[in-house]
Amino acid sequence: MKAYNLTHLKELEAEAIFVIREVAAQFENPAILFSGGKDSITVAHLARKAFYPSKVPFPLVHIDTGHNFPETIEFRDKFIEELGAELIVGSVQKSIDEGKAVEEKGYNASRNALQTVTLLETIESNKFDACMGGARRDEEKARAKERFFSHRDEFGQWDPKNQRPELWNLFNGKKHFGENFRVFPISNWTEMDVWQYILMEGIELPSLYFSHERPVFVREGVIMASNGIVPQRDTEETVTKTIRFRTIGDMTCTGAIESTAASLEDIIEEVASSRLTERGTRADDKRSEAAMEDRKKQGYF
Amino acid sequence: MIQENNQPGAKGYLDMELLRFTTAGSVDDGKSTLIGRLLYDSKSIFEDQYEAIEESSKRKGDENVNLALLTDGLRAEREQGITIDVAYRYFATPKRKFIIADTPGHIQYTRNMVTGASTANLALILVDARKGVVEQTHRHTFIAALLGIPHVVFCINKMDLVDYDEDTYNKIKEDIESFSSKLDVKDIRFIPISALKGDNVVNESENTPWYKGGTLLYLLENIHIGSDHNHIDCRFPVQYVVRPQSDKFHDYRGYAGRIAGGIFKPGDEVVVLPSGFSSKIKSIETYETELDEAFAPMSVTIQLDDDIDISRGDMIVRDHNRPHVDQDIDIMLCWMNEQALIPNGKYGIKHTTNDARCLVKHIHYKVDINTLHRLEEDKSIKMNDIARVTLRTTKPLFYDRYSRNRITGSVVLIDEGTNETVAAGMII
Repeated sequence: MKAYNLTHLKELEAEAIFVIREVAAQFENPAILFSGGKDSITVAHLARKAFYPSKVPFPLVHIDTGHNFPETIEFRDKFIEELGAELIVGSVQKSIDEGKAVEEKGYNASRNALQTVTLLETIESNKFDACMGGARRDEEKARAKERFFSHRDEFGQWDPKNQRPELWNLFNGKKHFGENFRVFPISNWTEMDVWQYILMEGIELPSLYFSHERPVFVREGVIMASNGIVPQRDTEETVTKTIRFRTIGDMTCTGAIESTAASLEDIIEEVASSRLTERGTRADDKRSEAAMEDRKKQGYF
Repeated sequence: MIQENNQPGAKGYLDMELLRFTTAGSVDDGKSTLIGRLLYDSKSIFEDQYEAIEESSKRKGDENVNLALLTDGLRAEREQGITIDVAYRYFATPKRKFIIADTPGHIQYTRNMVTGASTANLALILVDARKGVVEQTHRHTFIAALLGIPHVVFCINKMDLVDYDEDTYNKIKEDIESFSSKLDVKDIRFIPISALKGDNVVNESENTPWYKGGTLLYLLENIHIGSDHNHIDCRFPVQYVVRPQSDKFHDYRGYAGRIAGGIFKPGDEVVVLPSGFSSKIKSIETYETELDEAFAPMSVTIQLDDDIDISRGDMIVRDHNRPHVDQDIDIMLCWMNEQALIPNGKYGIKHTTNDARCLVKHIHYKVDINTLHRLEEDKSIKMNDIARVTLRTTKPLFYDRYSRNRITGSVVLIDEGTNETVAAGMII
């Protein structure tokens, strides 16, 4: 007898597509939060598959800190053009100029936390009622308790102790006026699943993910790009290393790893033998043990 | 010391299966330690995660590195040393990928365990070898049976504290077999373990030469889950209608959804509910690929030969094998909200891709989940209560019994004032 079994990647894909279609069916004005990183690229790819041959029926929203790698922006524009979707950019620089966000000072200053201000503002001004993101539960301890459909109050806040129970594949997207949802279609994927899926599907990625030479400096064991954006101490010497990025975020908080992995196959082998989590290179999570939980409660991705 | 990571590499990863399991145990049964042990011994823990818990353990004055800390997610949980909410964990071996729904043992236990159990193929229930079967063991087993989890594995834990005594293990096993025979659980297994010392979790123990079964990980990797989905009754709840407004696909009309049961093939004669119109499947697609057949739990888009009016909430089935179509529905219900059930109250109801309203027409009885007795006099349904009720829905639902199909047999109730999910229901 033939075995009617799906592989785990196919099952995860089926689950994610189901969630994305639920969003389209249950909400009036949803959007995809797009960072240019592999996870949001995967979500956008899944959305393309979910509605084919229709175009993706929602815009992609990018919260631009103004400190993105140029490679990310270049990739974003090309990717979205191919997808045929609308791009909406929320600018952190604009929030700062308007006095709604205050820039951090000092060497470890980052615009990462300021993104929350711009994000909430962009959601409000565009009246988005659901924003899909590429967050995964395996990334961080606070995210392990996140729902697929995550309810946010009118201040965009997450209340981890008062989440709606989520059973079977029945997702409750009902809300009051002014409230909205964050939805995480790839909640159940691990970093490895995402890489394997990208390989299986032949999804294109920004060049930052692949090994290249770059001027960098080292701060508290984290390799940072040396490019004039991140304030560098005199003692922090610029050297050229062969590196790649395991995650892609704002330049001020995204660390690189030394790597010669130049293809997807190489990266998968590297991830498979890695002894650090990918967020281990993120300076923003090192601030305190509950750093992510605090940011999420305030409305972070 | 942290070991070499043992994640599956590029090869072999593409034909792995997915196993979802839930864990249940009472407070201090060592559940978090067991999960920590599984993650650690299967080499799924990263160095920075290990260092973080090593440091926390030291700060708290723990003698050994406390593996349980790996699973404490929220600040309040770390401070109080308890688990509040369902947390999901992931690990993989070269054979399978695992999703663990880790549910707390104490407060809101029923609500959380029901949530975690709803998508699980397998339940791990911990029993403290020193205490044997306790009330909570009954409760956890009952919930696993109620939620139709196909496989239940009892881990008799802390065997190190009873000198790995075979008689103790056998006595507990007999006790469990005796009460679980009254419940509908398809597949029950037993393993003597010590999560703390690692006996029979990932590595075979030298301390239990009398135990001939495999380790817990061996079982998780090899237990047959191929029959856990229903591949007999064809059920396709329409989720979304794809109508591209483009010249190339001018007349395209596809019905997108996730197959809830059975196997569909192009050419199949089908019936659409509720209209009852018949048609034939023209094609089944995922993205640019046309499929020869599709089965649960695939997400696909189906085109039919005839242009009939179909929308979200409709169901495509086979003529000779239809679901029940009814407005009076009996369910076993688990109440999940602080606001108690209002008898004769009206609620929103979600079933597959269908939304309706319903009235709680009759409360038959409440179940004492410790004794399994039916309480016919007590009709007050509060948080964590389980009861049998009859609902009257505003429109007919197309359903199967939960024991036949967990997707077409499940509902949730929604409070129309707060929009909160207040109850989960299994259709009888």
